[in-house]
Amino acid sequence: MNLHEWLPLLILGSSLLTGICIFFLAEEQRGLRTFLNLAGAFIKLALVVYMVVGMARGETYETRFPIVLGFDFVLKADSLSLLLVGLSSGLWLLTTVYAIGYLEHWKNRSRFFGFFSFCVTASVGVALAGNPITFFIFYEFLTLSTYPLVIHRGSVEALRAGRTYLWYTMAGGALVFTGVVWLHVLVGSVDFREAGVLAVVDPSLYPSLTLIFALLICGLGVKAALVPLHGWLPVAMVAPAPVSALLHAVAVVKAGAFGIVRVVYDLFGVQFADQLGLLTPLTIAASITILYGSLRALTQDDLKKRLAYSTVSQVSYIALGVSMIGATATIGGLVHLVHQGIMKITLFFCAGIFAETVHVKAISNMNGIGRRFPLTMGAFTIGALGMIGVPPVAGFISKWYLGLGAMASGQPWVLLVLLGSTALNAGYFLPVLYRAWFRDPDGPWHEEGPVGRLEAPWMLLVPCLITGLLSLLTGVFAGADWSPLSLARIIAMKEYLP
Amino acid sequence: MTSWLPLLVLLPFAGAVLCLLVRGRGAPAIGVATSLATAALVLFALWSLQTSGPVRVQVGGWGAPLGIDLAVDGLSMIHLIMTAVIGLFISLYANRYYDGYRGGQKDRARELFWPFWLMLWGAMNALFVSADLFNLYVVLELVGLSAVGLVVLTGTRDVLGAGLRYLLTALAGSMCYLMGVALLYAAHGTLDLFAIGALIQSDGVSRAALMLMVTGLLMKTAVFPLHFWLPPAHASATAPVSALLSALVVKASFYILLRLWFDVFPGVTTPLLGNLLGLLGGGAILWGSLQALRQKRLKLLIAYSTVAQLGYLMFLFPVTAGMADGSSLWLQEVSKGTVCHVLSHALAKASIFLSAGLFILAAGTDQMSAMKGLAERMPLTVFSMALAAVSLMGLPPSGGFIAKWLIMHAVLGVGQWWWAPFLVIGGLLTAGYMFMMLRPAFLEPDPGPGLKPVPRLLEVCTLALAMLSIGIGISAANLLNLVMIGNPFSIPGGGW
Repeated sequence: MNLHEWLPLLILGSSLLTGICIFFLAEEQRGLRTFLNLAGAFIKLALVVYMVVGMARGETYETRFPIVLGFDFVLKADSLSLLLVGLSSGLWLLTTVYAIGYLEHWKNRSRFFGFFSFCVTASVGVALAGNPITFFIFYEFLTLSTYPLVIHRGSVEALRAGRTYLWYTMAGGALVFTGVVWLHVLVGSVDFREAGVLAVVDPSLYPSLTLIFALLICGLGVKAALVPLHGWLPVAMVAPAPVSALLHAVAVVKAGAFGIVRVVYDLFGVQFADQLGLLTPLTIAASITILYGSLRALTQDDLKKRLAYSTVSQVSYIALGVSMIGATATIGGLVHLVHQGIMKITLFFCAGIFAETVHVKAISNMNGIGRRFPLTMGAFTIGALGMIGVPPVAGFISKWYLGLGAMASGQPWVLLVLLGSTALNAGYFLPVLYRAWFRDPDGPWHEEGPVGRLEAPWMLLVPCLITGLLSLLTGVFAGADWSPLSLARIIAMKEYLP
Repeated sequence: MTSWLPLLVLLPFAGAVLCLLVRGRGAPAIGVATSLATAALVLFALWSLQTSGPVRVQVGGWGAPLGIDLAVDGLSMIHLIMTAVIGLFISLYANRYYDGYRGGQKDRARELFWPFWLMLWGAMNALFVSADLFNLYVVLELVGLSAVGLVVLTGTRDVLGAGLRYLLTALAGSMCYLMGVALLYAAHGTLDLFAIGALIQSDGVSRAALMLMVTGLLMKTAVFPLHFWLPPAHASATAPVSALLSALVVKASFYILLRLWFDVFPGVTTPLLGNLLGLLGGGAILWGSLQALRQKRLKLLIAYSTVAQLGYLMFLFPVTAGMADGSSLWLQEVSKGTVCHVLSHALAKASIFLSAGLFILAAGTDQMSAMKGLAERMPLTVFSMALAAVSLMGLPPSGGFIAKWLIMHAVLGVGQWWWAPFLVIGGLLTAGYMFMMLRPAFLEPDPGPGLKPVPRLLEVCTLALAMLSIGIGISAANLLNLVMIGNPFSIPGGGW
């Protein structure tokens, strides 16, 4: 074994070991815990950067060993996994800082941060998994490591939400499990590969493959919150804000969406999936989800709930992009994986700041909040405008490519879906912005503690501003070589090679 | 070279006798020492098996059919190891557990636990290395009797009731088995496990023997609907005993069933019988899980979980029944999966019963409603429970996952897809009752009398078992290679 075989494992280990160590810390060892958290996050980020640089030079990184005879555990870095690995490890660092600030006065912090690290391990594992069984392992590990975070408050309500979350995700996991095992029986051990691996199978297997595709997509659709499998997501809002941020932007929904990308592109191959007629139902499901999520978001007064339904809607842009034939649509879907993550985490960070410092959770209480929190609300505004698709924020880039892709693939009706969603997004975000900036406050704010020089504790404020800025920069500099868009372009080119 | 084989049996027996003679405070010390020595011996046996392959010896040099034949292959070895590892941890645990125990007749329980347990260990070791049907009967009986002795240790009223029910079932089970043995002996004049396999024809006598022996063993393994004795017995015994019974004792009779299936009856089994057994397994999973979901007492829930989990073992039979090609990939795979399930369930279930014991030590009750706030007060115990639960649910990367994967793969591979829903739904139901069990632990604790502190050593033993049940998932490849030494799953005949 050399470094090329170890690196993917090390990237996982950097957060897994952090998590294990943190479990053994006492509640009072705050300094050590913070150090471990940040060290883990920085080491992971450094390793990822090292890997990216290596890959740019044409190196390959792969960990492979047998679990049982015939089943390999494979971690492999390819361009697609970079998209999610980069997103996870970057946002993990920011969310860790935010969470340390946010949970200052909470109980059971060692437990929280232990599972928090596990959660990121799982999400990076999902990204690096090189074959279906490895993917499944981390997909389930993600369920297990997020459950304790969802119920962290320990209230009856939190536990009820946890139960809903578990039933949905466990049932989804069972479907994925069935699909993966069945696939393995039919075609043996297969690795994910660009442009797919199943196109060569015997035509007599096509009906079975169709069923397997349905099983996998339904199972993954639970975490990706495809309607009607989205029920867990708004309920899971009882979790602490950093968890919601992580759940919605990086870990859970992205694992589902990323799984759909893997299945369509690297397992079936997009052309083969189209040949089997599997993509149109996915396009329709994604379109319905986009509109339904936005419609439901309109009527929510709870800020986090509104953001949750917005997630339901926005994540399906990814599924929409991958389900349309043509490189442009692919680029739109893939780049949204990153863009939605950065923008949505900004919004959740902001919601957390409002809730934690002045106890504002409902949109109807947000009148004039922009004066009390100009910076936070500024970041929120960038995120919200990005969600609507206003140029030059990142969300515009995604929508632009999705729209072009819809035309190129000969499905102009998708354009209507996108337009409708834009209108609805404007419908539920603009009133928030209007209240916050242009209305007068209803009265003095219920301050949690003394107001310092900054509008909020710096550990909460700084990550929020960074992600807000990133949402803007990834849009403005989308043409640069290092932007998510360029990476998505490279991936899309590979997926359509003959 | 092979003279160590009888020692595997004699050493625990000698320890048991010593414990009986010494009584009082000395018994635990002797018990723990014997456990350590036996575990070391098993380790040596493992080394010997890996260096010189499967062995067979004739004790006293008389040879079949008069003598006692002992044989060790990979399947025996994995069971010996399983018993030794779990037995060792339970021994360490029991040593301190009975000091803190608050139930009736504490001193008697502490003294008598050791002779019965060492007797049980010796008998199980004997069972795993026996190579003839009558010896198997004798040690099976011994396993049953010492297990009943362990159940009634505390002598309270409900324990005696459960113990009596257990005793009668165990006796009925062995009777059925013995009648089968008698039929086979009358027809073929030999009791050698592997010799009969070569002689046997698919005639009326063989079929009757098969039915009798399978029924008897199903009864002892507590396979639905013959499981009625298990929940009261496993739930009312003291925690270390519950762990032993659920983890190891039910697996002993299943081991004989495996041996019979592959070595004695391959020519006699039919797909019909296989499907029937598979159906019982499916029934066990559904019924056991649904019952577990209705329980209010922690130990009863765990006991019903055992009923459900044993169901997974039954899918081996429909997959392999009437299989002509003995080297079939699917046969190997389902067998490996089944053995993997035996192991991971044993480790997880032992751990979870020991966790329940810790909770009882601390709270003095096993009502799940009293578990409120446990995650805050006994985090290590709750963590162990959660790890064991992961393995029982069959989620990666645990041993339970590898087992479920292999069984599922084989079931779909031979085209018997109708067993797959049982496996999938079983996993979901397991998640249902396991999270129902863990749920109160995460609630805010009730104000009121706190929990008594429990010794750290006990928590460590519990955690170690839980981690092993996860760990075997990670090193499954090596373990399953070990099981295949001597090729125990081949049709027809054994490796000899």
